[in-house]
Amino acid sequence: MTKTADVVIIGAGISGCSIAYNLAKKGVKNVVVIDRSYVSSGSTGRCGAGVRMQWGTETNCKLAKQSIEFYENANEILEYNRDVTFYQGGYLLLATTDKEMDQFKKNVKLQNSLDIPSRMVSIEEAKEIVPHLNTDELLGAAFCQKDGFLDPFLTTDAYYKAAKRLGVEFMTYTEVTGIKREGNKITEVMTNKGSIITGTLVNAAGGYSKNVCEMVGIDLPVYSERHQILVTEPIEHVQGPMVMSFSKNIYCQQNPKGPFIMGRGDDREPRDLRITSSWEFLEEMAKTVTSILPPVGNLRVIRQWAGLYNITPDKQPVYGTAEGLDNFYLAVGFSGHGFMFGPLTGIVIAEMITKSKPTIDVSLLGIDRFEKGNLILEPSVV
Amino acid sequence: MKDENVIVCRCSDVTLKELKDLIDEGYHTFEEIKRLTRIGMGPCQGKTCGQIVLRELSRATGKPITELDFQTNRPPIVGVKLDLIAEEAKKDD
Repeated sequence: MTKTADVVIIGAGISGCSIAYNLAKKGVKNVVVIDRSYVSSGSTGRCGAGVRMQWGTETNCKLAKQSIEFYENANEILEYNRDVTFYQGGYLLLATTDKEMDQFKKNVKLQNSLDIPSRMVSIEEAKEIVPHLNTDELLGAAFCQKDGFLDPFLTTDAYYKAAKRLGVEFMTYTEVTGIKREGNKITEVMTNKGSIITGTLVNAAGGYSKNVCEMVGIDLPVYSERHQILVTEPIEHVQGPMVMSFSKNIYCQQNPKGPFIMGRGDDREPRDLRITSSWEFLEEMAKTVTSILPPVGNLRVIRQWAGLYNITPDKQPVYGTAEGLDNFYLAVGFSGHGFMFGPLTGIVIAEMITKSKPTIDVSLLGIDRFEKGNLILEPSVV
Repeated sequence: MKDENVIVCRCSDVTLKELKDLIDEGYHTFEEIKRLTRIGMGPCQGKTCGQIVLRELSRATGKPITELDFQTNRPPIVGVKLDLIAEEAKKDD
């Protein structure tokens, strides 16, 4: 069975759903989203559920700020029948080295110039914001009240439903098996449920973005890497912000529904597609969290899981067409922050496809930056 | 008893009505329902609510429970305090 589409999007995570919604809103008909499993089954649904404006590059700051402003009104804009559960308890970024203090001061200056209301806070203030914080090694911290917790499943579901109401077709549990190209155009996407002849193709495949590019003979300079998370039993609300330390390698926040959720990275992680859970993570996570937030040690861990970061050399996403292919768009390489950029990912890609005036200049995030060596490294990633 | 007064998930306070509404909206797998309601994500990890959800799914879809997938079982098997894990882990350092 062969059908036709104007735009096919591979991946029904936050990026794919947001791109589909924005295309449909702009009047593009015949949009099809394909996912090998269900909506938000990949990186989006496995993420740490945090969103922040506190970034270290201008583009990341802008993307995050506008995305969070969208999320503040997401229930209304997307006319959602549930609640995306956005809680702006802030992010408290801990500085425990002089280098971190300098970096945070630089970041806050940049953020303030872009109207992001972040600020440096003293050790005493940090302790007021999170009373159970161990301040032994603390030199200072950066704080932004606008940052916070957002439910990845419900948020993606809100986009999915809004897109569906606008006529977008979702093919879940459908695997892409091949992509046909003719010259500088993609012409057809093959799946295990039939082929789709398409005018445009979008790669929003998260951890599998490289595999999709391989199907059209493009070597994407990204890799995927497992990042693990654990969650505790729920308790009454005691922690407002996400507490995060880059040098201690931890982020930890309390879901407004009660449980604590926390994660960390691991330099020794192999670059592959595994999403299994390891006991090493559990041990290292337990050691780190009990030293930084001691009372959390009294909580039982009830579940751990993992998801894939899709990482670029400069830890910023790739937006735009792939080289040599006019109708193949990339929304990949989010390096662990695709969920929080979701709204703007949808807007910028939909604007590119419909050739409309860009809301935000993302020309620096094109795939050609790697060849030209124009990398702007994002310094603030766990 | 009305569906909105029947709790199917004690950990996350989910009612039978909420569950049936989701099934009516087209969410027909445990994994999807889990993510939208937090059923199976609490301290019981689905040991209490799992069978109830599968039974409702079976009724709605006509498929026997044996043909329906439950959620991925994730470690640990029972809740363990982070302090205990940290304490044991430090012994290996």
